[in-house]
Amino acid sequence: MANITRSPWLLHYDGSSCNGCDIEVLACLTPVYDAERLGVMNTGDPMQADIFLITGGINSQNQATVKQLYDQMPNPKVVVAVGVCACTGGIFKECYNILGGADTTVPVDIYVPGCAARPQAIIDGIIQAVELFQKRSDDYKAMVKEKKRRG
Amino acid sequence: MGKRSVIPFGPQHPVLPEPIHIDLVVEDEKVVEAIPSIGFVHRGLESLAEKKDFNQMVYVAERTCGICSFQHGMGYCESVEHIFGVEVPRRARFLRTIWAELSRMHSHLLWLGLLADGFGYENLFYQCWRIREKILDLHELTAGGRLIFSVNKVGGVTKDIEKEKLEEILRTLDEADDELRVIRSVFFEDRTVLSRLKGVGVLSKEQINELGAVGPFARASGVRVDMRMLGYAAYNELSFIPIVSNDGDCYARCFIRMMELFQSIKLIREAIGKIPEEKEIEVPVKGNPDGEYFMRVEQPRGEAFYYVKASGKPLLDRMRIRTPTFANIPALCEMLKSSEIADVGLLVLTIDPCISCTER
Repeated sequence: MANITRSPWLLHYDGSSCNGCDIEVLACLTPVYDAERLGVMNTGDPMQADIFLITGGINSQNQATVKQLYDQMPNPKVVVAVGVCACTGGIFKECYNILGGADTTVPVDIYVPGCAARPQAIIDGIIQAVELFQKRSDDYKAMVKEKKRRG
Repeated sequence: MGKRSVIPFGPQHPVLPEPIHIDLVVEDEKVVEAIPSIGFVHRGLESLAEKKDFNQMVYVAERTCGICSFQHGMGYCESVEHIFGVEVPRRARFLRTIWAELSRMHSHLLWLGLLADGFGYENLFYQCWRIREKILDLHELTAGGRLIFSVNKVGGVTKDIEKEKLEEILRTLDEADDELRVIRSVFFEDRTVLSRLKGVGVLSKEQINELGAVGPFARASGVRVDMRMLGYAAYNELSFIPIVSNDGDCYARCFIRMMELFQSIKLIREAIGKIPEEKEIEVPVKGNPDGEYFMRVEQPRGEAFYYVKASGKPLLDRMRIRTPTFANIPALCEMLKSSEIADVGLLVLTIDPCISCTER
């Protein structure tokens, strides 16, 4: 964490989860677990978000919404799938309306297991996401610099 | 008269963590019509009854909703137990009551926190969630999980709560009781809170009856409906009187849920006092269920309805769940009519919507 210079903002969207992971994500952001000490902040606006937390599997109704939220986020961005439903579809995998995990619709970088995912696991996922985000924004900056140098 | 326009509310929005979409038809600042559209969280959970046997379905039923998970499992188990005609040991029924009331407390505290956030009191939100963490610690202590702790099974419960842990529950409840009294005065007396809640979103008793609302939402309008009066689990052995208010506004809904927190503390204390000292916490269930049963349980949000039909096979023929939020949505849409657009978020919150229950 020593090299972190950015404070990424979180966007949370409930795919088709049972609510368990959602309230654990919320509990993470309250002072008991306090994910905000890692420099992240919860936001409701996809245009200002850097890390996308998805809970629950993808179904045909919310697929477009998830895709749209992902597209609205500026580059670089990191996607975290929270809970076993977002990872693979979980217990609902065999349901007729579940297409699968979040990776069926958007590229997922970090998978957080658990049903419901525990706050400690979610915080670990967020730390990894923050580090990955730092790496990506460094790469992005280097790329822009390189482009400028070449003219 | 102003021009009519449509404002989409949701599915992704800051008041609730869950997706619900409502099209608000507005005239200037007034909402004239609210058209809900649901299905963002629909999984088709009931269809799993065709693929998983009746014992595995307990875990599916528990995952209908992460907040009232325990009570979903309890409703399902009790309906299958009635089909089998087995008598659940008395201690197991008391344990179920204790867990059910603990999860009601955590759900109501969660709602009070969201409400506080809804009218802009972030500190109060955190205070509510701080107390809620104590209840979740009790869940973890007694059952091993924070939100979804699969302790129900057909025929009883899988875990016992030992004497020391029961004492720990009582100790924590005493602490929570003191802290809740401090918070209560803010919700009930603060001038800003009163101006946001008093007289907002009033529904009369007749409207509630006509639209079929349930739970604290209905009780706030003077309808005396609480499934705990049916006496499932161990409620028939506890002194239970539903809390009812006649105002029918947002303040009354807040009042009902706050008072139910104290009622839950009282019920848990009483249940721990009366819990029998027997060893048995489950009865063996042999064979496959044959028959059908309706079961109604009172969840934090209101009456949940379970229908289970079986025909002597390991797989159930049909499982049907009707959840409280689904019953409350017509009344919500009636309430949103003629409300101010600034109050919409708060009004949606006051029915305590649980979308993943609703859409299953």
